[in-house]
Amino acid sequence: MTVMIRRRPLTRTWWKTVLGLIFTALMLFPVYWMFNVSLTRTRDLRADPPHWFPWDPTFEGYQAVLAQQLPALGTSLLIGFGCVALTVVIAAPAGYALALLNLRGRRTLNFVLLVAQMIPAVVMAMGFYAVYVRLGLLNTVGGLIVADSTVAVPFAVLLYSAFMSGIPREMLQAARIDGAGAWRTFTSVILPLSRNSTLTVSLFAFLWAWSDFIFASTLNRNGDLIPITLGIYNYIGNNTTQWNAIMATAVVASVPAAVLLVVAQRYVAAGVTAGAVKD
Amino acid sequence: MTTTPTAVGTSRDRRGVAGTVPATPAGRRRGRAPGASRWAAVGFAAPLLVYLVLFYAYPLWRNIDLSVHDYTIRAFVQGNAEFVGLEKYAEVFGSSVFGTALWNTAVFTLVSIAFQYAIGLALAVFFRSGFQLSAVLRGMFLVPWLLPLIVSASTWAWMLASDNGIVNSVLEAFGIGQINWLTSPDTALISVTIANIWLGIPFNLVILYSGLQNIPGDVYEAASLDGAGPWRQFWSVTFPLLRPVSAITLLLGLIYTLKVVDVIWIMTTGGPGNSSTTFAIWSYREAFGTGQPDFSPAAAVGNVLIVIALVFGFLYLQLQRRQEES
Repeated sequence: MTVMIRRRPLTRTWWKTVLGLIFTALMLFPVYWMFNVSLTRTRDLRADPPHWFPWDPTFEGYQAVLAQQLPALGTSLLIGFGCVALTVVIAAPAGYALALLNLRGRRTLNFVLLVAQMIPAVVMAMGFYAVYVRLGLLNTVGGLIVADSTVAVPFAVLLYSAFMSGIPREMLQAARIDGAGAWRTFTSVILPLSRNSTLTVSLFAFLWAWSDFIFASTLNRNGDLIPITLGIYNYIGNNTTQWNAIMATAVVASVPAAVLLVVAQRYVAAGVTAGAVKD
Repeated sequence: MTTTPTAVGTSRDRRGVAGTVPATPAGRRRGRAPGASRWAAVGFAAPLLVYLVLFYAYPLWRNIDLSVHDYTIRAFVQGNAEFVGLEKYAEVFGSSVFGTALWNTAVFTLVSIAFQYAIGLALAVFFRSGFQLSAVLRGMFLVPWLLPLIVSASTWAWMLASDNGIVNSVLEAFGIGQINWLTSPDTALISVTIANIWLGIPFNLVILYSGLQNIPGDVYEAASLDGAGPWRQFWSVTFPLLRPVSAITLLLGLIYTLKVVDVIWIMTTGGPGNSSTTFAIWSYREAFGTGQPDFSPAAAVGNVLIVIALVFGFLYLQLQRRQEES
């Protein structure tokens, strides 16, 4: 069967490859366009018709990014990693409790987590704003990390517990016979086995925090340290003429997505299909 | 999970089973050390429980609190807002924006998921047939989904620009005059919907593709022995067998699309006028979009949105439970 499928493409399905290339090109055209505009000279931006290819590329846009957006990129990295750490620290043990430790009220907690994923971010943002105003946590990186993690935590717990409940119980029993307690079992059996889940969770937690706009634009509007998404947004608001610089920032902000796609595509696909939630 | 991307239904199945099966080992464990494992379970779940109370329940409670008081920015800081009961909700429902926002939310959501699903399914079937480079190209289709929304939204905004946007330039080549995509009330909603469809295709493609992989190949063999062509096979084999996955994809799409803020806000800020204002945008704008934050009506709109999202959310959970049982 597989052999047949393998052999067929060479002879009869080359047109499908062509069609596939056309579809992909159409789909990715906006991405190409972002790239193209980022290399276009300011005077050519308003050219009519637009330049389809940056024959005469400029790196002004990227120079502007380097000059102005480096702190924002650093902040975004910090927020991304902070969010990953917080998410894993909370979700991994919870997944263990849900999947393997016979937690009371497990069904209710599962249900709460599913419902939590449906709450619109704009509502959460308002609630957080009201809470942070009093606590003085507005415009702080820590506050933003916590808010961003609310997107990832329910997803992460469900993903962990789905995977962990597939771990053979014999392994847990073996650990117990060897005298390992619940904590020891967790750190030396469960966590190493769940490495792939941790990768998927980290990937999504990072990407969501990196891409977040709603929480950043509400909870961190006047902060000294703004993430890159807000950097782009302020750029759009300030100088609408320099779209090459805006698009250059956008290209740079897309780098993590591109890297993750190349390095970890199967984790991405796995995360999406595991009943993934993304807004 | 790592070897094959499981379909939504299957992964839930496993979780459902996990809920009932472990009775035996856990029971034995309890016999040996009564209560110990239960306390361990609580201990491991404790960070999550604290987290949920502090960072979900409390903000949501504050949000309800906002909607039943008259919060101005000063009252916000001083904490002495006047209790007004459901007055803000009455204001919201009576507002002239309400009808527009309801209509826009319905159009934006339904049109988005209809096209996302149709295109996603067509592509999934196309990629399922297998050809050289199909895995690579399918991976590339994930790109729009992974980009930060602000990146995609601002790119679309530039592409749809009236004077020198690439879209108008191409249309011009076909003799179609300039369309003010983002600045005309007639097309603003269409523009943001197009961008949102583009954003949602990868999600639909991935889920539907994994759904297709769960359809056994011999069903198709039987169908083609019966003389069914590709078109016939799609409608009488693929589509019916994919129905559970389709239903879940559509409902999840609906729930996500209801809450979209970024795309619309960055492209049109809900304008011109209110022509692309959805509930989520309305709420965002009242609270954060103007120089004069008006949190109470914003919270009221937000809570209306939660109710709508939860209605479909429960429908989704219901559907999932039914599929687990069957």
